[in-house]
Amino acid sequence: MRILDGGLVTTVQDTGRYGHYHIGMPPSGAMDQFAHKVGNWLVGNDESDATLEMTYTGAEVEFEEDVVFAVTGADMDPSLEDEPVPTWTAVRAEAGDTLSFEFATEGARSYLAVAGGVDIEPVMGSRSTYTLIGIGGHEGRSLEGGDELPIGEPAADADAMVDSSIDEENRPDYSTNEINVVMGLCDYRLTDEGRQRFIDAEWKVSDEADRVGYRFEGPDITDMFEEREQPFGAGPDVTNVVDLGYPVGSIQMAGQPIILMRDAVTGGGYVTVGTVVSPERDALAQCRTYSTVDFNAVDVEEALEIRRARDDLLEEIQESL
Amino acid sequence: MSDRTITRQELPSPRYEYGGDDWVFVELDEAMSFDANFKAQAITQEIRQNSLEGLIEVAPSNASYLIQFDPGVLHPDELIDELKSLEDEIDVSEYQWEARVFDVPVFYDDPWTNETLMDFRDRHQDPESTDLEYSAEINGFDSVEAFVDHHAGAPHMVTMIGFVPGLPFCFQMVPRDEQIEVPKYEQPRTATPSRAIGFGGAFTAIYPVPGAGGYQLYGRTPVEVLDVDQELSAFEESMVLPNPGDILNFRQIDREEYDSIREEIEDGTYEYNYDRVDFEPQAFFEDPRGYNEQLLEVLD
Repeated sequence: MRILDGGLVTTVQDTGRYGHYHIGMPPSGAMDQFAHKVGNWLVGNDESDATLEMTYTGAEVEFEEDVVFAVTGADMDPSLEDEPVPTWTAVRAEAGDTLSFEFATEGARSYLAVAGGVDIEPVMGSRSTYTLIGIGGHEGRSLEGGDELPIGEPAADADAMVDSSIDEENRPDYSTNEINVVMGLCDYRLTDEGRQRFIDAEWKVSDEADRVGYRFEGPDITDMFEEREQPFGAGPDVTNVVDLGYPVGSIQMAGQPIILMRDAVTGGGYVTVGTVVSPERDALAQCRTYSTVDFNAVDVEEALEIRRARDDLLEEIQESL
Repeated sequence: MSDRTITRQELPSPRYEYGGDDWVFVELDEAMSFDANFKAQAITQEIRQNSLEGLIEVAPSNASYLIQFDPGVLHPDELIDELKSLEDEIDVSEYQWEARVFDVPVFYDDPWTNETLMDFRDRHQDPESTDLEYSAEINGFDSVEAFVDHHAGAPHMVTMIGFVPGLPFCFQMVPRDEQIEVPKYEQPRTATPSRAIGFGGAFTAIYPVPGAGGYQLYGRTPVEVLDVDQELSAFEESMVLPNPGDILNFRQIDREEYDSIREEIEDGTYEYNYDRVDFEPQAFFEDPRGYNEQLLEVLD
């Protein structure tokens, strides 16, 4: 498949690169794992096959062979040879056809899955692009016009998948803005009032929101830290801790909150106050710049229930195909 | 002036924290100490060896550690119970490991980090001085030279790898009252040269790639700590050079030596000077100075 135009930011991603956090390697992988997996299933792929993740403005792609593809995630009005194509649906394209996209009307990230998957050499067990050190994907970077991507061997039933579609009620609603969070990690550093203000406030996604992290704008919480004599090695600021590991999805409080996403730093010395429940990291990946978000505190059992419900839905979708 | 031993730290009860539904964070102490770090290393090694089903990531950090798991296979409370029982079994002074001792040449007060730090004076506690001058002064040294001599005067242990791939956090192997401590920048910089030597809190870091950073900048090493293509011979096993538990000996070099090492690095011919040792915490705690000297003999 040939990239005619890379769009805003388009990268090759899969389910992620695991087992290397201890050397500082973040997982990378699709920011919206739900849309990525469902896209793969629609074209008969394994969920861990590589798709293209497009941000806000999709790429323009020419298929060099007949192919079955599906577009999931944010709606970017895809069209094949200028004919609109349905999203969350397996579609057939012929050799020479061009697939193009408009600006996203809802959500922020679309996934293009092709039967056989993007077949580049995995690095440390994953094809995901991690641009900071330039590994994975196509030359470790975002795609540009002129790039050629090899497609793997489609599954035997890929053709039979054409016109398969995900039921309307099983597609995510990207207009929701409630993000469930398990408070903790280092939230003892906040005063009770600070914790409450974090939960009660409406937070706006700033224009610094990418695969590394989402920075939010909202009330000032800088005076909401418990005073203490700083422990040895942390540094003198009240927001400093002895450098520690940051979970993906955790919320850093160095001034305004930053939620760490899949290409984030794996550790550092700022206070973390909680972690977004795993399925809602997918939802956050679809939150657009300047949209507002409400954080809702849940306990770990509720968090596990949210995850089970998402896993059940994925299982139902997979069985329906 | 100084203890001749490393004072053992009594650690508080660990704090077990849920990171959403799929992470557990364990803080062994709020403060940094060799006891807290060695315990984090020992527990994470042990949990790796036990290969509990459902583990995804096991990452030790300075005085804490972090585990990611699949909650469909392993309930976080089951994991925490397992960690608590490991906790009780481990005696840090009996825990030993094979470490590598590396010679890390450093060009202190180099032109590249100097240019960067001058560009960001407005984000610094003391805009009138350099990072080295500021750090020397607040740590009670008479001169930058004396401060650099101290930083390069005893080896540093790698206590955590993280932030970005291959970035070692290093804790100097001296008693607490000889440890340097400095604040991070008031506002992080948006630029740091690759291979810069930074210092924040009680930690030296080596920045593998250019990028943001909040540590005070002291110098630059000509040697790489990350080699993505694994072209240099020291990177045969991993794209990342040091592991937690390894020992780095910062050695002060001049511009000439810096340039000549850079040439060899770029040709792919540079041979890192390092060797393996068996590190024994108890021997180190009892006589750090003598033990450090013994460790560094492998570099001769």
